[in-house]
Amino acid sequence: MTAIAPQPMPRAEPAAVFAVPRMFRPRVQRAVFATAMTAPMALWQLALFLGPLLFLVGLSFWLVRNFQLVPAFEWVNWERMLTQPHFWTTFARTLSYAAGAAALASALAFPAAYAMAFVLNGNQRRLATFLLVIPFFTSYLVRVYAWQAFLSDQGLINSALGLAGIGPLPMLNTPFGTFVGYLTLSLPLVVLIQSMALAMVDRHHVEAAHNLGCGPLAAVFKVVIPSARAGLVIAALFCFILSFGDFVSPMYLGGGKAPTLAMLIIDTTKAGQQWPRAAVVSIAMIATLMTVAFAAVAYAYRRR
Amino acid sequence: MAQRSNSAASRRRFLQQGASLGALAFPMLATSSLANTRPTELTMLAWQGHAEKDVVEEFEALNKVRIRPKYYVGGDNMLALISQSPPGTYDVILSDAEYVQQLVAGQWVEKLDAKDYPFDDFFPEFQKFPGHWQGSDLYSVFLRFGFLGVAYNTQAVSEKEARSYKVYFDPKYKGRVGHFDWHLPNIGQVSLLAGNRQPFDLDAARWAEVQQRMAGLRPSIGGFFDYGGTFSSLRNGQMVLMAGIGDWITGVLEKNGAPVRSVIPEEGGLQWTESLSIGRGSRRRELARSFIQYMSSPAGQVRSARMAAYPAMVPNRKAWELLARTDPAEARRSNMLLNERNAIDDIRAGRITPRAQPVRQDLQDWVDVWSRYKNA
Repeated sequence: MTAIAPQPMPRAEPAAVFAVPRMFRPRVQRAVFATAMTAPMALWQLALFLGPLLFLVGLSFWLVRNFQLVPAFEWVNWERMLTQPHFWTTFARTLSYAAGAAALASALAFPAAYAMAFVLNGNQRRLATFLLVIPFFTSYLVRVYAWQAFLSDQGLINSALGLAGIGPLPMLNTPFGTFVGYLTLSLPLVVLIQSMALAMVDRHHVEAAHNLGCGPLAAVFKVVIPSARAGLVIAALFCFILSFGDFVSPMYLGGGKAPTLAMLIIDTTKAGQQWPRAAVVSIAMIATLMTVAFAAVAYAYRRR
Repeated sequence: MAQRSNSAASRRRFLQQGASLGALAFPMLATSSLANTRPTELTMLAWQGHAEKDVVEEFEALNKVRIRPKYYVGGDNMLALISQSPPGTYDVILSDAEYVQQLVAGQWVEKLDAKDYPFDDFFPEFQKFPGHWQGSDLYSVFLRFGFLGVAYNTQAVSEKEARSYKVYFDPKYKGRVGHFDWHLPNIGQVSLLAGNRQPFDLDAARWAEVQQRMAGLRPSIGGFFDYGGTFSSLRNGQMVLMAGIGDWITGVLEKNGAPVRSVIPEEGGLQWTESLSIGRGSRRRELARSFIQYMSSPAGQVRSARMAAYPAMVPNRKAWELLARTDPAEARRSNMLLNERNAIDDIRAGRITPRAQPVRQDLQDWVDVWSRYKNA
């Protein structure tokens, strides 16, 4: 008779995991981990984006009587705002200004970002990054007011031009002024995002292009830009979003002569407490931004 | 021995507990004592500047009270703040005359006793000011007023030119005429130019004519500015004419050396007013009443007239006398000298119309016209 060696008792395992076949356990754990990690973000979005958005949609159907909001379900605000020609004029202007700012900022930022990614050494790159962050230490409104001292007819730029017998050139209270403001707001950010995207471009691809006879400029357009496409598009998207909703630049540097949707919201609420009509404008802005953002992200990450 | 020991322990314990209680009680006593010395707070909803030291310092010292303001920009903003607050949030409410009726309709202000306030010292024009009363019931006490006319840069535009709203259309000033970005005073001024003696009471034909006049003005306009933008564009000379404002802005700039002034054009000017009410449900009604009494007295009126944020004229005749004695330069600058042609003469000559809400059109129609005008 052979003595039977004692068998080790099976280890007790948590019930939930026990029920899952062994081969699937890592996948389940990963899913639980992923859920736990993304939950705060989802809750944040729910509380601070989806909730207010639903409220905004509801508000757009309310009425204003005697300067007070009255809950209702009426289409009158939508009808009133969307049938006004000035709403569509303002919408088209805001869209074209934001798109123009995104294109301009991308073009102006690219040489600086390229230099940061490919030309500067580590210390110089850190210094350049620091310099790009510094403008954010000061309020955007203060920076815009400071521009008035440069751009006015009696400002520093026109005074300097006057010494050469030029001008005064109209800069303040013009679309040019508005674009100066948009770039003040977004250009440093665009440079930073672009430089990060360019820094991730595989140098071997660039060298291979050069070895295959590609000139420096052609390499930029055929290798560098396509490789960094996602980052470049996201940088432009940031500029678009910031410019699309900006109130300060069109008001204080554009002189309010070419109203944008953000200014239309102010006008709508300033007189008569028309928050429901302002909600209609806001929803139009959010819908536009989401459409543009989804399209841009889809383009940025599409397969080549 | 054991008994003695117990007794000692008990004493120690008593002292310890006593000390603990004392330590606990001290902050409460200190808080209570501080509370007794801390001044009472009086909450006020007002335009910027009305609760600053230059205006309320004396009242605060006399009454051991601190005015805690909530500042708003515009009557609509004020109505929004009140409608979103529980009764009693604001003890005192400052309002433009055209919004007092909204405050009454919303039951946001208390009825006042006219006998409590020095109406006998007021010029007759301000004793029973429309909008502040409903029948024989008083809801708001007239505090200050100002005129809206043509604001101009004295180095670029002559006073003679500025004496008519037509100057806005002068090709010489194309692109250098600004608007204070609020539909009511601007449309009102164009309405006056179109010959409407009641600029806010327009039938369809007159309303259409006003819009036509505005369309003609639009090419001259160099910008639409909020409060800060109006200040800076006049100060830096970017705009040499500004529609929709008056001495309440140019007075501040002028005092600081900027070459800007306001005049009442031959077509007439508009009048803005501010008045004080007691908020419904106020828990410091007596104090609020004392504050309004002080602000309508000569001493309070002079402080209000010279308010640093924006100057104004005041309705109390005795305050005019006091200002002429204490600050004759300001009395002259603000057109409040009894022995010279003054602001009251302009009103009596029929040159001034109170700013008001549109009478025959919906407010939103005016707002939409203004938005279209800006977009043109």
